[in-house]
Amino acid sequence: MKKLLIIALMLTGTLTFSQNKNAKASMEVDGVCGMCKARIEKACLNTKGVKFATWSVETHELKLIYDDRKTDLATIEKQVLTAGHDTKNAKATDEAYATVHACCKYRDEDVKDDHKPKEDDGHGH
Amino acid sequence: MKQIIYTLLLFPIIGFSQNTISGIVLEANEQNQNIGLAGANVYWLNTEVGTVTDIDGNFKLPYKPEYKKLVISYVGFKTDTLTINAPSKIKHWLQPTDNLDAVTVKSRKQTTAKSYYKSANVINVSSDELLKAACCNLSESFETNPSIDVNFADAISGTRQIKMLGLTSPYILIATENIPSIRGASQAYGLSFIPGTWVESIQITKGAGSVVNGFESIAGQINTELVKPLTDDKLFVNLYGATSERLELNAHINTKVDDKWHTGLYIHGNTHNKKHDVNNDGFLDMPLFNQINVMNRWQYIDTKKGFVSFINLKFLNDEKQTGELNFRPNTDKLTTNNWGSEIDTRRYEISTKFGYVNPEIPWQSIGVQTAFSSHKQESYFGLNVYDIKHNSLYANAIYNSIISDSRHKIKTGLSYTYDHYDELVNTTDYERTENSVGAFFEYSFDNLELFNLTAGVRVDHHNLLGTFVTPRVHARYSPWGKSAFRASFGRGKRSANIFTENQQLFSTSRQINILNSGGNIYGLDPEIAWNYGFSYLQGFNLFGRKADMTFDFYKTDFTNQVVVDWENPQEINFYNLDGKSFANSFQVELNYNVFEGFDLRTAYKFYDVKTDYNSERLERPLTPKHRIFANVGYETKLKENGSHWKFDATFNWLSNQRYASTTNNPTQYQLPDRTPTVATLNAQITKVFSPKFEVYLGGENITNLRQSNPILGADDPFGANFDSTFVYGPIFGSMYYAGLRYRIK
Repeated sequence: MKKLLIIALMLTGTLTFSQNKNAKASMEVDGVCGMCKARIEKACLNTKGVKFATWSVETHELKLIYDDRKTDLATIEKQVLTAGHDTKNAKATDEAYATVHACCKYRDEDVKDDHKPKEDDGHGH
Repeated sequence: MKQIIYTLLLFPIIGFSQNTISGIVLEANEQNQNIGLAGANVYWLNTEVGTVTDIDGNFKLPYKPEYKKLVISYVGFKTDTLTINAPSKIKHWLQPTDNLDAVTVKSRKQTTAKSYYKSANVINVSSDELLKAACCNLSESFETNPSIDVNFADAISGTRQIKMLGLTSPYILIATENIPSIRGASQAYGLSFIPGTWVESIQITKGAGSVVNGFESIAGQINTELVKPLTDDKLFVNLYGATSERLELNAHINTKVDDKWHTGLYIHGNTHNKKHDVNNDGFLDMPLFNQINVMNRWQYIDTKKGFVSFINLKFLNDEKQTGELNFRPNTDKLTTNNWGSEIDTRRYEISTKFGYVNPEIPWQSIGVQTAFSSHKQESYFGLNVYDIKHNSLYANAIYNSIISDSRHKIKTGLSYTYDHYDELVNTTDYERTENSVGAFFEYSFDNLELFNLTAGVRVDHHNLLGTFVTPRVHARYSPWGKSAFRASFGRGKRSANIFTENQQLFSTSRQINILNSGGNIYGLDPEIAWNYGFSYLQGFNLFGRKADMTFDFYKTDFTNQVVVDWENPQEINFYNLDGKSFANSFQVELNYNVFEGFDLRTAYKFYDVKTDYNSERLERPLTPKHRIFANVGYETKLKENGSHWKFDATFNWLSNQRYASTTNNPTQYQLPDRTPTVATLNAQITKVFSPKFEVYLGGENITNLRQSNPILGADDPFGANFDSTFVYGPIFGSMYYAGLRYRIK
């Protein structure tokens, strides 16, 4: 009985796989601070169909939940690039990168060093 | 995690010439079974080199000696970073993010934190802050907080009342884990029925607050989170003794029942059996008391399925005796032999909480709370008898979700309350039943950076208050760095329990009069008020150290109020407000971390609280116009063995306060128009020997300030001018205490 149920659940799982309104994905996005976090998450959430986006300053991981009938990962990634943040697969254009705030220039080694975790706290805004 | 690093360190040579690294990512589980995690991200930190695990959790990655940090992450799991010194086969268990105990915070947290990001003006008080005032229950927990005023205990009940924005505690919604708890019959002494060691943290919301917890709050909301079986110490013992011969004992025992169930037993006892009369007025300066307070909590947690639940059982027995030194209850009760009073309270409580968070969709959750309490107080004060029985039932169901994306959150649900009151006031019986059904909806918007807004509305149908709408709105705007401008407004409505909220009236010779008769509650109308608030928080650096400053302005306007009129010294009159009643409060607060480990908090408050009495518009009696507050705390650096010292001192200054009029009294029983100013100092030293053991020593009212004549007509307690309600300062003078805390994690 239990097995049947599991099989049934797995079947529905595969059936809805291609039409998942809560599709989960994760990608690596470059950035350095809380301001970057707000910019990256906003760029994602402003994409129609994205319901949930959270980016970690420490790991650079962007976790997403989106309706894949309305959008896809490539579209979301494009939005992130447009906002000026590099992803694992692609670099943002120089124009886009130029729009990020001076303290968020994550490609710059000095800026990166500035945001290295200190004893006290991270990067307050 | 550490073991993996060590294991890896053991095999540095084997894979020397390898230029790939491979491994398997597994889902952590209690049975340590190998459950491969498919689709996890594995990549080298700060590189573009990464991969995703296959269906069995396996992965393979290029390796270069300059790659040191391998990041493994997966939605719904804690991200781990491994230090790799040489390539080898990696086997890593990833922990689900819901395992709360995995979180460690290194930097020193502020013990009282104001949020820069929330729309409501919320002050979070952590358990560390609560330790600054070692004694003993919730009412004393606010002594180091400038937003809450703690008044001086009167000689009869010995309990302290709190005020917020210049309004007394009935206007504050006081909840325990979001279930309104100190209300109705427990209003007067309820704060002393929550032992301090049970409190994990307190959230103080100034102003209207959320609509989720009901319609009653007017000045603000105070929520108390209690310690939880899963996270509290396995064993905790706290002993306290004071020079007044007050003794307290707290014991917590927490155990794990199985994978999902945890339980905790929390026992509190306090006793004080020594008679004090420092001011030689023939009356005890503080009551004799005995309290037993027991709580049993059951916590259920299933992170995989997303279920959490709490079941709480509470029992309280509290006995107080006070009055003249020679008073003997057996022979003198309700006689004129000696004036005396006894207050016996017994309370049973059961509450449950059930929550479901969809593990697939983190924003979707359902919560159901229910609580039942039975509260019985039997008491007499001289020849006055006051008994109250209050049975209360509360149920609240909340659904959380989002609209389109996680910037637009909604909360909606239904609530039900039932209250049955049965009171005996001397010879008159008052009985009433209240019930209400309500629905609420709260929307919050967060644009992630500069702005957020919470707007809520509820509609309630109440058998005595009618059908009414309660709107409440909060907004925050941060135009520049470390700033937060907040604004709020909201409405509150409640039925005033005139006797239990003003119980001190029984310790007087005043005649009780209720001047209206048309209303549903003792003949009086419900109280209705609007609260408007504005605040500005700014963080900045001063000489390279962190500081913040807050400016608050709040206004409470009563549309109707049950006026408690003490202005005739032979009477106490209750009547519906005719005219205006308002409370304006302004507060400026500065927090500054002067140097490592040394924190300073100072505040100035201004109150303008006035009511149109039948006679004229007057300042609310015993409400100081100005208050200055300062608290300094110093902590030495933590040594290797976990030992350190903590020092703490709190200073309070209150401007003069208006006495209710005594001009109708014979001259020897007349008081001046205003009280003197009051300044008090409390201090405490804690020596932490190890994470397991600490002792503390402290003093209250160190400058030994005393109000010399707290009881009017003490020489003739059954005469027409006896009154014990004119208390503006400490009665007992200075008091010293010591205690210890022992815990096993």
